[in-house]
Amino acid sequence: MTYLPNILFAITLIIGIGYFTKNVKKLIRNIKLGHDVDASNNKSQRWKNVINIALGQSKMVRRPISGLLHVVVYVGFIIINIEVLEIIIDGLFGTHRIGLKVLPVSVYGFLIGTFEILACLVLITVIVFWIRRNVLKLARFMKSEMTGWPKTDGNLILYFEVVLMTLFLVMNATDVEFQSLNTGNVISQYIAPWFSGLTEGTLHIIERGAWWLHIIGILIFLNYLYFSKHLHIILAFPNVYFGGLNPQGQFNNLDAVTKEVKLMMDPDADPFAAPAEGAEDDIPAKFGASDVQDLSQIQLLNAYTCTECGRCTSACPANLTGKKLSPRKIMMDTRDRLEEVGKNIDANNGEFKDDGKQLLGDYITAEELWACTTCNACVEECPVSINPLSIILDMRRYLVMEQSAAPSELNNMMSNIENNGAPWPYNQMDRLNWKDE
Amino acid sequence: MSETLKVKTMAEFMAEGKQPEILFWVGSAGSYDDRAKKITKAFVKILNAANVDFAVLGQEESSTGDIAKRAGNEFLFQMQAVMNIELLNGYEIKKIVTCDPHSYNCIKNEYPSLGGSYQVFHHTQYIKDLIASGRLKVSGDTYKGKRITFHDPCYLGRANNEYNAPREVLQNTKANLVEMKRHKSTALCCGAGGAQMFKEPEKGDKDINILRTEDALETNPNIIATGCPYCNTMMTDGIKAKEKEAEIEVLDIAELIANTGNL
Repeated sequence: MTYLPNILFAITLIIGIGYFTKNVKKLIRNIKLGHDVDASNNKSQRWKNVINIALGQSKMVRRPISGLLHVVVYVGFIIINIEVLEIIIDGLFGTHRIGLKVLPVSVYGFLIGTFEILACLVLITVIVFWIRRNVLKLARFMKSEMTGWPKTDGNLILYFEVVLMTLFLVMNATDVEFQSLNTGNVISQYIAPWFSGLTEGTLHIIERGAWWLHIIGILIFLNYLYFSKHLHIILAFPNVYFGGLNPQGQFNNLDAVTKEVKLMMDPDADPFAAPAEGAEDDIPAKFGASDVQDLSQIQLLNAYTCTECGRCTSACPANLTGKKLSPRKIMMDTRDRLEEVGKNIDANNGEFKDDGKQLLGDYITAEELWACTTCNACVEECPVSINPLSIILDMRRYLVMEQSAAPSELNNMMSNIENNGAPWPYNQMDRLNWKDE
Repeated sequence: MSETLKVKTMAEFMAEGKQPEILFWVGSAGSYDDRAKKITKAFVKILNAANVDFAVLGQEESSTGDIAKRAGNEFLFQMQAVMNIELLNGYEIKKIVTCDPHSYNCIKNEYPSLGGSYQVFHHTQYIKDLIASGRLKVSGDTYKGKRITFHDPCYLGRANNEYNAPREVLQNTKANLVEMKRHKSTALCCGAGGAQMFKEPEKGDKDINILRTEDALETNPNIIATGCPYCNTMMTDGIKAKEKEAEIEVLDIAELIANTGNL
């Protein structure tokens, strides 16, 4: 019977981590539905970006208020999680505060004291975040894509944090032995008096309760990630690693198009020649993207990484002037559709069955896509190197090259370029007239 | 004021068996648009004043394909690019300067993987170098004490991280440079990019150029400086819509420099 808590703990841990692993595998499978891109170049710059942008939060603090608040929660989250290590060891081996046995009391006290202060700061910050979303109603949290689940999700995450931080502090406050050491209880010493009338036995029950709820809460939170916008706490790192390194203005040149163009321009090419061995594999089924499978793995990783902060949308000139386009919605739609495709595959024994839907039209409309000025404000703003613009461009490519569905003025512009080398209907012979005017 | 512009084509250089120092890529707007042509000429005056042995492609120049690419027509873009690259490589062009940030970005970043690698300058970068090397002397009080606000073109700024060259060049006008709230990496687009110049905007509650003009008006400027022919059109339209054209001028940096130097 004495081992019952240990066994229960091990089972809880296995279920918690097991289910999470299962979903991570699903996430990786879904990302791999996108086409492969080579991002093996310039590893040193990629690691530098991870250190500066992801670890160092360099782009977060460009907006100082939300940036610094976020740093508090981020640092708090990472450091307080060291405590989880102790909880796991205690839980598995039936010890109590193993840290006290292996570390000098002063060091242990310093660590726990730091955790307590951070927990308190996180609590305050999370309350400020909640106020920004629900009382101050900051414009970027009030856009049309932020109703329903995305709004609830944002708040649920904040509630989770409040509960976890409170449990941590209560656990310390009701630990009679820990309080009697009087080191490290920087915050909890002020909470302990709230429980002063209680017997030691009751206190022990509360302490154990808080301890169990804390670790169970963490495991639930871990598993909540996959269903929430909050995956960024993990995916921000690989996403920044795979982020763009070229100048932001450089859009990729489609290789499949290059092949065809070279063939057209080559006077020696035989248009009726049989394709070379293996050449067929290189030609994509379509130009541009109409669904998630046409996007790259990095674009799909982008979609899972987006935490819906809306900095992109708040800087988007189209959105600022009331157009339907919201770069954040582009990312949310991509993720929602990817999840739908993933579930479809799960339901059909690993095979995607056409559901008559696609990203273009059912999620993202042509009106949104044509409102983009390709100004890169969204790309510049994203604190974790997401590129909504690349998805917009790939979908425009599909509209134009597969469906000839550009707005009619743009078709005129393009036929002008084809016919006389300028977007306007002027004669190429007149190009130098300005010299003598 | 020098009356005649010295402009030679690449074909003329070729016939003389010479190579120019640099090729001036005029671009479609700079060649055909009445407002942009003034910018082209102002820049030529600067090149002439600095004795730069430059060439233009003239009738051989064709759209870079940039707008087509951003509209989603990768085929048309690559057709234009491959054609232009063949021409540029045939003339053994090494250096290119342009007043259009879209051409600048496209040739600099998107032509190399299609076989066209050149050293490409935006005209503000080139003017900056001409002044720094002493080849171009700009002095004059035309704009002394005036308030100038500079609107960053997306394809020079965010797209290529060039925020300083235009500002450094503007110092030579002796004007007071005042920044809009949104400037450099947070600058708001004028609304013309991504082929928007050639279509009606989608339904919304305001045009982008009006919002950007309001940004500029907040600085209470005498002049709005631009570095892109499309931005120039958008801001000029914005100023007209606000009925401020009597008080505020929209001028390209090349024009401001040419006017300052009385070129």
